[in-house]
Amino acid sequence: MWNSPAEFFAMGGYALYVWGSFGVCALVLLLEPLIARARFKTIMRRLKQEQLAKQFDREGSQ
Amino acid sequence: MNQKNNASFSNNRLVNWFSLSSPSTFYPVAGKLIPIFWTLTAVFGLAGLWVSFFVAPVDAVQGQGYRIIFIHVPVSWMSMFIYLVMAAWAGLGLVFNTRLSAMMAQALAPVGAWMAFLSLWTGALWGKPMWGAWWVWDARLTSELILLFLYLGFIALQASIDNRRRADKAGAILALVGVVNVPIIYFSVKWWNTLHQGASVSLTKAPAMAQTMLWGMLLMALCFWMYSIAVGLMRVRAIILEREAHTDWVRQLREVKS
Repeated sequence: MWNSPAEFFAMGGYALYVWGSFGVCALVLLLEPLIARARFKTIMRRLKQEQLAKQFDREGSQ
Repeated sequence: MNQKNNASFSNNRLVNWFSLSSPSTFYPVAGKLIPIFWTLTAVFGLAGLWVSFFVAPVDAVQGQGYRIIFIHVPVSWMSMFIYLVMAAWAGLGLVFNTRLSAMMAQALAPVGAWMAFLSLWTGALWGKPMWGAWWVWDARLTSELILLFLYLGFIALQASIDNRRRADKAGAILALVGVVNVPIIYFSVKWWNTLHQGASVSLTKAPAMAQTMLWGMLLMALCFWMYSIAVGLMRVRAIILEREAHTDWVRQLREVKS
């Protein structure tokens, strides 16, 4: 179907539209999990800090 | 004690599905499921892209430009489907007051919003070369834009109310009222004379396209489906921890203690 890589990337003259669609889609599918992971890491850090604070508290009061 | 309760409540040997409605039971299960759904996303995605670019033939009318269909149609399907699932979770939470249901709805809203955005974005990039316009106020396009606003409204409403239970209730009502928009989007091309073309895939008629094009679309749809589950589970785990931060089971988690 494609005779050369250049022809593939040219997409029969529709390069801007086809790659603009697939590119932004790939970007979103990459970004969203990163945002979700950052949210998870934030709450995990907070929970660990609270745990530590409580531990110090207990050791301090003994 | 928990163990004993479960055993007497469920038929032994069978999995007790109801216990999964508890955040503490669901949290580790979700963690195990995430890599499975990422793997499926990659498998279906690679297969779908292969078919989209190297198997499906060039279109007689639209040339290579039609290949946008392989993401445009699946993301549009997902934007509507995720909305229905989100509204169902929100409704369950409203009726049964189960904590996890509201969290599920909250976790799905951003995924759906991104799908609606991608549907509009790819639609604009497809409309420009084929119709000569990035955007027209046509029934299909307008109702899809309303869907995006419903998602954003749901997210904003939940974020603006401090009381968690009230936020969940308000969000659920908004989500349920918004369901009426989904059939409007779906049937808009039938009910109104739209610039947007009719359904590409129909359950009642033989598909009006090459078999390979159909396969490409279905594989990509499966890819987006698995992706939505994977990222939804990732987000729901964060939400569970945020909302249950004060509970004992969260404090006892091995990840938290180490």
